[in-house]
Amino acid sequence: MTRLHFLVLTLLTASAMTASARAAEPQAQLVIKNHQFTPAELKVPAGQRVKLLVHNQDLTPEEFESHDLNREKVIPAGSTATIFIGPLKPGRYSFIGEFHPDSAQGLVVAE
Amino acid sequence: MLGVAIIVFRETLEAALFVGIIAAATRSLHGRSAWLGAGVVLGAAGALILAAAAGHISALADGVGQDLVNAAILSIALAMLIWHCVWVSNQGAQAAADARALGSAFGRGRRKPWALLVVVALSVLREGAETVLFVAGYASGSDQGSTLAGALVGVVGGTAVGLLLYAGLARVPVRQMFAVTNVLVQLFAASIASQLARALAQAGVLNAWGQTLWDSSVWLSMESPVGTLVHALAGYEAQPTGLQLAFYALTLLLLLGGTRWVRARQRAPVGPVS
Repeated sequence: MTRLHFLVLTLLTASAMTASARAAEPQAQLVIKNHQFTPAELKVPAGQRVKLLVHNQDLTPEEFESHDLNREKVIPAGSTATIFIGPLKPGRYSFIGEFHPDSAQGLVVAE
Repeated sequence: MLGVAIIVFRETLEAALFVGIIAAATRSLHGRSAWLGAGVVLGAAGALILAAAAGHISALADGVGQDLVNAAILSIALAMLIWHCVWVSNQGAQAAADARALGSAFGRGRRKPWALLVVVALSVLREGAETVLFVAGYASGSDQGSTLAGALVGVVGGTAVGLLLYAGLARVPVRQMFAVTNVLVQLFAASIASQLARALAQAGVLNAWGQTLWDSSVWLSMESPVGTLVHALAGYEAQPTGLQLAFYALTLLLLLGGTRWVRARQRAPVGPVS
């Protein structure tokens, strides 16, 4: 086996492993509707990176913002955004929709 | 209306402060107003395009397209700032010292600080796109008049703070003023680096040091007026991650180290000098 073959094989194996790691990665879903988050309290596993999918079903954009999670992201109307969060220590992390802070509030609970 | 005004104010502030700093730093530069104006207009035009494409961009790269675009914008801005701080401003300082002129760090019309123009345009672009998205979304709802009035108040408020900073800097004697604006530009660069770290972590590109290091929101909340200002001016975060702190510190080290290195090299005799 030449060096090049070995390199290609290694890369392929590595990328396959990364892909399977990604597939196994915990996911969580949030829906924004009527400027409110559902669920308002979201449980995620602690100590792991979590792929958070936020579906904005309103006709207006929203900004997912959390000082506790150190995240902020604008989600256009009718679109789904991916936000990677954590790994988190066990605890409660609040987030808001910055464009509608009075109604759009929620908590991530890591345990 | 007040809610709209506050959000737009926050979005406008960072770009307005940066334009204020650059306007002060380039005070002696011929044609500076037209040049700065062009940067703002280019950035604003770009913001409209970026906002219009937001839906498409958001869906790219499995939902992290927006973070990648932000990261690209921030990277270019950071590279321009580092290049400018380390090379251009020092060459300008050297040229000014040679001419025994009072220290315009940018030279007297010899060099146009193009890198800064790009950074001005990019900061207006980034903050502007979010503002446009927000205002357009809000205005499609119920009370358009009060939304637009709120947005106007927000933009005027942000711009006023930028102007205030400019007026303050303009009162400082020229020699000290460049020292002050240099520090402000360096802090701004570090702040851009910290935002870049967050964008990359959020997109899942960089996963190291993702935990927040401390929470100083009890002493200085990000929502308070001072917290908002220090965040916009120097990238203050009440709950920074390790990665953000590393990016911030590395940028400051790079700027200070690079500046020293370039100055030391310029002092060293390199062949015959006229």
